[in-house]
Amino acid sequence: MLAIVDSGGANIASVRFALERLGVRSELTADPAVIRSAERVILPGVGSAVEGMKRLHAKGLVECVRGLTQPVLGVCLGMQLLFESSAEGPVDTLGLIPGRVALLPDSPGIQVPHMGWNTVQIAKPVALLDGIEAGARFYFVHSYAGPANEFTLASCTHGTAFAAIVQRGNFSGVQFHPERSGPAGARLLQNFVEGRA
Amino acid sequence: MLARRIIPCLDVRDGQVVKGTQFRDHEIVGDIIELAQRYRDEGADELVFYDITASSDGRTVSTDWVTRVARVLDIPFCVAGGIRSLAGARAILHSGADKISINSPALENPALITELATEFGSQCVVVGIDSRQENDGYFVKQYTGDPDKTRATRWGTVEWAREAQRLGAGEVVLNCMNQDGMRQGYDLAQLRLARAALTIPLVASGGAGTPAHFRDAFRDAGVDGALAASVFHKGTIKIPALKAQLIADGISIRP
Repeated sequence: MLAIVDSGGANIASVRFALERLGVRSELTADPAVIRSAERVILPGVGSAVEGMKRLHAKGLVECVRGLTQPVLGVCLGMQLLFESSAEGPVDTLGLIPGRVALLPDSPGIQVPHMGWNTVQIAKPVALLDGIEAGARFYFVHSYAGPANEFTLASCTHGTAFAAIVQRGNFSGVQFHPERSGPAGARLLQNFVEGRA
Repeated sequence: MLARRIIPCLDVRDGQVVKGTQFRDHEIVGDIIELAQRYRDEGADELVFYDITASSDGRTVSTDWVTRVARVLDIPFCVAGGIRSLAGARAILHSGADKISINSPALENPALITELATEFGSQCVVVGIDSRQENDGYFVKQYTGDPDKTRATRWGTVEWAREAQRLGAGEVVLNCMNQDGMRQGYDLAQLRLARAALTIPLVASGGAGTPAHFRDAFRDAGVDGALAASVFHKGTIKIPALKAQLIADGISIRP
């Protein structure tokens, strides 16, 4: 069973519907026991890091998520929460991946939020991208981003380079929205569900 | 490089997609789900659904069709129309919409922009601006869904766009009312003014008639997305051919 962590964020329905389209059964849950026993876990999230962590704390899920040993996929804010901290507010995030999430700087021609379809540059082999053509575009919509570092499997550039796909141990994260990235995003979710992560 | 977005706009009234000229005389174009899927298949980068009567009637969009759209669609979509509270926005976003767009309610209560951005993040919060050129200036209109209720505001267009950004908007859709439905091209002069005033994404709306109009908006006005309705609904412009032409013109586009 795949558990979607019900952290109260806004893109939960669309992640669930994307899995439905793949014929994958998922359970939306805030029950730590259910999450711990799931085969795989998706941590969605839209909104601010402060609100996101507040919701996880309120539901008693911070230690639960930190302690997971099965494959976990953070999506958008869910990925940003895997890092140690965020410039978005005075809050410690999950600390599963080293680094601090920062605001993307705007400049002429570089609008923030980074909103739309962009390509990723692969830094290390990415099983999540199996079967997806090089140069495929994914849908991004965010103002903050994690730093490109040794845990970055693929980066994206919008003025500056930032982490688009990260992985450390069983924790993976994607900054874009696979549930809204057409066939390429569907394939990425399929890869995660089938253990290619 | 980030791709410029082609955004079909579906005006929704009573669960059907409709289209009028200069915000009047609406005719039924088709079923929401069918059109959404067709545009997705043709390569639309994003869809916008405007419940055009909601704001002037004092209603909020119902969420059942939002859920139906979210179930089938694998590209992002934005919902607009009568959203005037955190609760209303939450209902739409939790039904599966990626963004919400507010227009008249933001003019009634600008603090709503900040409340929405704080709760859901700026990236979810689009401010739609209906702008009309009068004499030498551009001015913001309110309640444009119903011509009998449309009224002037105290805002100049660029001033309001800048204020919306300051309050936390993540994107501005600028509807140039003089051009709407006329197919004479986007209002490049107005879009350039707005582009220069904003650091958030700007979407052009109103006036698309040919592929060159899209090219001009991207290349000469620097907009991030271009929205159109009738040329897509009537098949005057096919999205695959439009995108092929824009790529040939050197615009960054998702094929």
